[in-house]
Amino acid sequence: MNRIYLDHAATSPVHPDVVKCMIPLMSEVFGNPSSIHFFGRQSRQAVDEARAVVAASLGAKESEIIFTSGGTEADNIALIGTAMANRHRGRHIITSMIEHHAVLRACQYLEKQGFEVTYLPVDEQGNVSPADVKAALRDDTILVSIMFANNEVGVLQPIREIGELLKDHQAYFHTDAVQAYGLVPIRVNDYHIDLLSVSAHKINGPKGIGALYARETVKLSPLFYGGEQERKRRAGTENVAGIVGFAKAVEIAQETMSDKQQEYRLLRETMLSIFAESGISYAVNGSEDRCLPHIVNVAFPGTNVESMLVNLDLAGIAASSGSACTAGSIDPSHVLVAMFGKKSERIRSSVRFSFGLGNTKEQIAKAATETVKIVKRLTTK
Amino acid sequence: MIYLDNSATTKPFPEVVDSFVTVATKYFGNPSSLHELGMKAERLLTQAREQIAAALGVKPNEIIFTSGGTEANNFAIKGVALQYRHRGNHIITTAIEHPSVSEPCQQLEQLGFEVTYLPVNENGIVTVEEVKKALRDDTILVSIMHVNNEVGSIQPVEEIGALLARYPKTIFHVDRVQGISKVPLDMKKARIDLCTMSAHKFHGLRGAGILYVRQGIQLSPLLAGGGQEMQFRSGTENVPAIVAMAKALRMSLEKYDKQIDYLLEVKQAWFNELKTIPSIQINTPFADSAPHIINFSLNGIKPEVFVHELEKRDIFVSTTSACSSKKKTPSKTLLAMGADDKRAESGIRISLSFENTLEEIPTAIAAMKEAIEKLREVTR
Repeated sequence: MNRIYLDHAATSPVHPDVVKCMIPLMSEVFGNPSSIHFFGRQSRQAVDEARAVVAASLGAKESEIIFTSGGTEADNIALIGTAMANRHRGRHIITSMIEHHAVLRACQYLEKQGFEVTYLPVDEQGNVSPADVKAALRDDTILVSIMFANNEVGVLQPIREIGELLKDHQAYFHTDAVQAYGLVPIRVNDYHIDLLSVSAHKINGPKGIGALYARETVKLSPLFYGGEQERKRRAGTENVAGIVGFAKAVEIAQETMSDKQQEYRLLRETMLSIFAESGISYAVNGSEDRCLPHIVNVAFPGTNVESMLVNLDLAGIAASSGSACTAGSIDPSHVLVAMFGKKSERIRSSVRFSFGLGNTKEQIAKAATETVKIVKRLTTK
Repeated sequence: MIYLDNSATTKPFPEVVDSFVTVATKYFGNPSSLHELGMKAERLLTQAREQIAAALGVKPNEIIFTSGGTEANNFAIKGVALQYRHRGNHIITTAIEHPSVSEPCQQLEQLGFEVTYLPVNENGIVTVEEVKKALRDDTILVSIMHVNNEVGSIQPVEEIGALLARYPKTIFHVDRVQGISKVPLDMKKARIDLCTMSAHKFHGLRGAGILYVRQGIQLSPLLAGGGQEMQFRSGTENVPAIVAMAKALRMSLEKYDKQIDYLLEVKQAWFNELKTIPSIQINTPFADSAPHIINFSLNGIKPEVFVHELEKRDIFVSTTSACSSKKKTPSKTLLAMGADDKRAESGIRISLSFENTLEEIPTAIAAMKEAIEKLREVTR
């Protein structure tokens, strides 16, 4: 069976060029960048060059990029690291109810440590309101963390407006850009972003590597101590091959960004037009005007998400109920609950399709047609 | 090329790189995903966990994957301290730990914990008696490395474990990063509760490590989020690097079985040859040290200049542990062993793997003698 992978938001295949450029870093230039000899210096240089690529992609300085083990670690440093280092300035944090669990669980951890966290609601379209951010801001707010785009429904958040609001406030502005990075342009200075998390494996890079952008004025206390790597902000021998593979993925993502946007919009239209013509009942979750091009989250009334996914998988189509991290649990998606309420039928009948490298229009047409068949089968009484 | 810096990082085995590439390209799914590709990735992860657990003689659910040794050490130490602070706030460690142990301990001191840094003897070894003397009713953690990363001294981990068996409220952590695959250690027999390992020190890849967490031990998480690794450690699992690590561990342990006698012969030969260089002082205790680390002091020659001089001859050694090789501070391990400043500031570390040979030694020794002679001329 030719399987169709429509779960790129959970993780994406590594680009062949990325693997290719990693191999010499594993088998030849394998030195520890902290070693002062040739092998060490060569590795150090590879890390420096990669850092420049990642920094340029965000309009940041090289010294503002901290390589991490991935998005979760970047989010944890952004939240816990800044909260701990700035607790003397206040103990209030603002975030939203639709953040990734890496942000939400870090916030819960901070609540246990005596911080106060405001979780902002979203509207039915999945938007955080800048007015709500403004209303929640207090003199003792030290951090606002709002994701760049949601990972389950793809809705782009009003980052520019929130950045504008926070420009003259002491609170740092963190955004989890794991899902948006590489698909929409991000300039940290234009948006007044102080901290930003990204992850390689969502953009056809390797797993186990990500980065935190931290503006040079941001004070943060490290999560990992013991070694002077990453300017003492993140100890641990650098994952040189991972870092170089990440930078390659960034380069490719930057170069292909506008093509991908068009391509995925077309795939999205293809899928939705097949749903529309089929006569099945469906509804797209999340604002359609302000969304990432590659995520389509759709409710199919009268179906149950688990049986939808099992049937899709049997038909060779990989999709998801929401973020992969909650996929194992039977709890409904916290994002859909925030948008529609606990009682809405939508929270139990929605499927996320996410497009990426290798997907073709034919694949999407086939997947949509199969989906229609399954929906019809499951809703026929 | 003669690579003698295996304690900083090892060259990954070609088979390990191959496994990485295969998994990264063919089984790229997220193990948390419910579909076929996700389940395949999860199966690979489970298999790797089972293989590693079997190789270490522990249960699969006691293996927690991390991004490396530094994360595992930070997680073990801060995870215990924050989880068990209601029991007490005293921690015991040694003066010669890796910075990824000693620095989290210092961080905990700032948070109100009390840390005892045990001294070591002239061989770089902490004694069971010192541990016993330092133990208190409120001691929640004892963290002792297995093999010291700078001089290779082996710590009496089994004896300390036996002592701690009488203190059920004290958790025992061992940093086994340098010891794994070079010095055997039965983790169950040594009654270890938490144990750190890192793939890139045994020919695996950077970005994967292990924290062994004995069943029943709770840890306050260091990385919060999706709840992977049985809720211990969040973040999408680095499946390709983890699978590659399982392979590296199996291969390294096989090499131990077949080649340990040869490696010991190599170590013996190194000692014999180094003793013929009159102006150096050997810091590693021959009898009580790991088979792969030999540390000596150059007495008056700047060690980084010596490293560069050897490099010109295609020989790679290190000044001290890679993580601190940029600082021009004396080695804390050598100071703790009683060396004076001059000796502690001029340490050179040779670190071997099962790939090193007897044949390399004459070339390397000749180069070292030449380098020393040249640099003595310069400083005269």
